[in-house]
Amino acid sequence: MKVPLSWLKDYVDIDLPVHQLAEKMTLAGLEVTKTEHVGEWWDREKILVGQVLQVERHPNADRLLLADVAYGGEAPLRVVTGAPNLLPYLGAPEPGPKVVFALVGAVLIDGYDPARKRKKLKASKIRGIPSMGMVCSERELGLSDEHSGIIILPEDAPVGMPLVDYLGDTVFDIDITPNMARCLSMTGVAREVHALLETPLHIQWPKVKPASLSYTAGDKVNVVIEDSDLCQRYTATLLENVQIGPSPFWMARRLSLAGMRPINNVVDITNYVMLEWGQPLHAFDYDKLVARAGGGKPTIIVRRARPGETMRTLDGVDRELTEDMLLICDIAGPIAIAGVMGGEETEVMPGTANILLESATFEYINNRQTAQALRLPSEASYRFSRGIPAGMVVPAAQRAAELMATSAGATVVPAMVDTYPVPQETRVVEVTPQRIQKLLGADIPPEKMVAILQRLDFSVEAEKPLIANSLLRCTVPWHRLDVSIPADIVEEVARVWGADRLPERLLPTTLPPQRHNWVLEAEEFLRDLLVGAGLQDIIPYPLTSLEHCSRLHPDGPAPDPADYVRIANPLTPERSVMRHTLLVSLLETVQYNLRYSERLAMFEIGRIYLPLPSGRAEEPHRLGIIMVGPRQVPAMGVDDAGKLFTFADLKGVLELIFRRLGMQDVIFLPTSHPTFGPQVTAIRQGKREIGVAGVLHPLVREAFGLSQLPVLLAELEIPPLVEAYQKPLQLRPISTFPPIVEDLALVVAANLLAGDVKAALRKAGAPLLREVELFDVYQGEGIPPGKKSLAFHLTFQSMERTLKDKDTAKLRQKILRQLKKSLGAELRR
Amino acid sequence: MDELNDLARLEREALSALQTATEQASLDAWFGRYLGRKGAVTLAVRRVGSLPKEDRPAYGQAVNQLRKRLEAALAQQGETIKEAALAAEMETGAFDPTLPGRLPNVGRVHLSNRTLREIYDIFRQLGFQIYDAPEVESDEYNFELLNIPAGHPARDMWDTFYTTTPGYLLRTQTSPGQIWAMREYAPEPIRVILPGKCYRYEQVTARSEMMFHQVEGLVVGENITMADLKGTIVAFVRQMFGQERKLRFRFSHFPFTEPSVEVDMDCILCGGKGCRVCKYTGWLEIMGAGMVHPTVLRNAGYDPEHYSGFAFGMGPERIAMMKHGIDDIRYFFSNDVRFLSQF
Ligand SMILES: [Zn+2]
Repeated sequence: MKVPLSWLKDYVDIDLPVHQLAEKMTLAGLEVTKTEHVGEWWDREKILVGQVLQVERHPNADRLLLADVAYGGEAPLRVVTGAPNLLPYLGAPEPGPKVVFALVGAVLIDGYDPARKRKKLKASKIRGIPSMGMVCSERELGLSDEHSGIIILPEDAPVGMPLVDYLGDTVFDIDITPNMARCLSMTGVAREVHALLETPLHIQWPKVKPASLSYTAGDKVNVVIEDSDLCQRYTATLLENVQIGPSPFWMARRLSLAGMRPINNVVDITNYVMLEWGQPLHAFDYDKLVARAGGGKPTIIVRRARPGETMRTLDGVDRELTEDMLLICDIAGPIAIAGVMGGEETEVMPGTANILLESATFEYINNRQTAQALRLPSEASYRFSRGIPAGMVVPAAQRAAELMATSAGATVVPAMVDTYPVPQETRVVEVTPQRIQKLLGADIPPEKMVAILQRLDFSVEAEKPLIANSLLRCTVPWHRLDVSIPADIVEEVARVWGADRLPERLLPTTLPPQRHNWVLEAEEFLRDLLVGAGLQDIIPYPLTSLEHCSRLHPDGPAPDPADYVRIANPLTPERSVMRHTLLVSLLETVQYNLRYSERLAMFEIGRIYLPLPSGRAEEPHRLGIIMVGPRQVPAMGVDDAGKLFTFADLKGVLELIFRRLGMQDVIFLPTSHPTFGPQVTAIRQGKREIGVAGVLHPLVREAFGLSQLPVLLAELEIPPLVEAYQKPLQLRPISTFPPIVEDLALVVAANLLAGDVKAALRKAGAPLLREVELFDVYQGEGIPPGKKSLAFHLTFQSMERTLKDKDTAKLRQKILRQLKKSLGAELRR
Repeated sequence: MDELNDLARLEREALSALQTATEQASLDAWFGRYLGRKGAVTLAVRRVGSLPKEDRPAYGQAVNQLRKRLEAALAQQGETIKEAALAAEMETGAFDPTLPGRLPNVGRVHLSNRTLREIYDIFRQLGFQIYDAPEVESDEYNFELLNIPAGHPARDMWDTFYTTTPGYLLRTQTSPGQIWAMREYAPEPIRVILPGKCYRYEQVTARSEMMFHQVEGLVVGENITMADLKGTIVAFVRQMFGQERKLRFRFSHFPFTEPSVEVDMDCILCGGKGCRVCKYTGWLEIMGAGMVHPTVLRNAGYDPEHYSGFAFGMGPERIAMMKHGIDDIRYFFSNDVRFLSQF
């Protein structure tokens, strides 16, 4: 909402410097986001109000004129101009219009420069005649882009006055929150300023003088409200013999400053009243209504649309109307969509003589839905959809009638038709000062509260004597729709009192019962662990596309949309479903980053989204890891430069996690998975599958446009990790006796898993065999085909005594016997 | 006596061999060859018994002196070698401290998560707990229970992603978490923060994201006042941004709080003088807050006649942008390594 201060000052006195006023309004909930100083750069000495004394034709150019301009200097100056709106004054004996005159040396906007740069005006000769200054257009002063003619000022403009004093202004741009809809008007803002500054308010009730006629509006039009749930009040004012033409300068000027383009006096008056009172108005061509009524008395009918009804709105579009849309109709059908847009057929045109002016209030939620459904946002529906008090309807109609009479020559037909089936209730809110004090934590004196409320136009009946627990009966002013409960009163008091005057207090030291957030704590632990292990923490969008999801299953069926939480109104198809797996997000992120870096090692701790029949989603947490490229950042002195990440690097990270969480029961088993190639493992804890890890399937890699490098990927469920995190790690006793380390190489079937052999070793060697570490896998010379050799370091240690060689020799025999029996293992010789 | 000549020869040979020993290992070998159990000097000592009686004293004395001289020479040579080794170790000529170091591979915690941690830490000190809530939400929780009925103009404040199930959406704010927390805790007092991802139907630009994090705070109890709200926020901001920060509370509107305020902090870049970042106002908006609306308290199971509360919400990305001079929010979720690796 743009508020020119010169306009605001019509209704309230302002005794503060502009920036202090802006600050005060901002703190009280009317955020001034911009302060524009119109004319700030106009030179006081060189840009002045002038008057054209006489206009002659340029002797050497048909299209140019010579104008003698008085500007307060000793003698008038002659300028050469092409302004077409000076043509009517050509050769006239009387002095011409008041204009804006710029002397040589003034800085003006160059009207012909597309960049609208400012330039110093130079003395010049045009077709042989010297031009001693310039008469200016709006564009040259930065007032608007209008450049087809020069500015014609009102007749009473004082010649010689610096233009900045005459037309300069300050315009606040105010961000109006929904609860402040009343401030979508100058009078509404003025009431707030009055409450804040405690300066006098002079909002004047319109003084409309109806013509003395033998008939009233009621003789000329009927109004019927059929759907009073959507239209609380409808008034029709009849204005006859309207002369449509340009608006007076002051009105056009104020509309421009407020950001609305002046059109003609009738349109401008409806806009002006809307900006002044916040009440949108609509003008119908009365004679067209009479014609539609077959020459008789028209009847305005306010009702919902009927099935299949259509109407052409004044933008020339045929609109299909639905049954929940409120219409303004006559007996022939719809003539406007209530509070949204008028119909083309009854539109006011240049030849219109008689006007029926609608001032009404429509139910705000319904109005908003209609405007949204038709995609017809407008200044009018913006206000209707925030609620207009029924009490606003009449003063706005009267103000418009007053202006139509003074500025459009209209005859105001006496007694508007006022149909008001649902009177606005007067609301009373009861509250004690104590309650206000308690919620704000501030000892605001009760009499100050009462004064604040009264300045806001509440009438307050207080129990006497006025103390903290006296009951205040606050009657809400007719122009406020946003106050209905005590909290609203608290807010009013607080706003005007000022938040900076409220004390600051720390919360009591007694805490509510404390609970752990184990998930968050475990996740933060994992985050630190993985960062320390060289992986980058990432946060990708959980939104992806079915197409990307399908890439994870190169051979499988297309993903079923029903399995996904889908977005009904996605911004782009790439972000239209919620992911089922972190793998897709990891791959998207790597795809993006491989442009910048050949080595990527990343992880995400995030949610996946599984739709539930209710419409909600199950949102389990997962950990995803991705690694691609060289193991080491290539650098001087890095030994294994060029060696790529392999499955062992990924598994090492996973083992690190399980070790740090004390998860000794996790095993890795061969599996198959459509997203992975042959190197893939299921990760199990006991019987529970908790994740998958492996080398990405080459076709998936290709589908994501990744290079030929192997991509290592893993995804783990978070809950088992959280469970483990919650359990304190238990000490494994440390023996004080020396260990004996021996090597053992076994020849086993080539397809036997090293993990199984290791587990069998542990079992056979327990409890003296404390550690088993595989250090070599060998196939080839000396090993029969179909077999492989696995070499282990075995660490034997007792808690009770020093082991002797003969202890381990015995144990070794037992181990070999058992492994031969269970796995067919032979000692390698 | 020829034997004495033999000794002289042995001495010459041993001393010249010693000169060529320049490291500890060759000294050890030299010792074995001359002074060890089977060394030449030891054998020479044993020859005493085979000599005529009258020659024995002279020979014995000579061989003993030889032994002493060789031992002394050995010790001397040992010293020389040690000094040479020390001198070699202390040689600095080739050292260049400007050669690059060999960095261990470490990752970084994502800047959003880092900022979230800072926020958690401060609120933990203030006795807050951390509470989780779902991202796929119902219209009821995200809007209606928060006093934003369907069709209400306040709904324009949130551009929403709806799911294909009518009545469900991606939460536009962490505020529905207030309802979850209150319904779980009622009638206990509450002091929690609710962090998480939120989504808005907004074109992604340098200034706006379709996804971002929010941290909601909620305090409910029997005597919670706006003064508590101010005190808590001031304590948080001064810990997060520095004790010298100035704050400004200006009234605003959120449907789920009343009164509602926006909290501005003096611009950390220009110190309040006005710059591009603060749009020449000298202030940076850092959070919205307010007293929990009685309707919301009632909807979530607390009687507003007896309980009151305050709530606030802030954006960690916005905070991180202010703190670290970041001018494009898109860096956060494109996960550009050139960005992530800087923090
Ligand atoms: Zn600044």
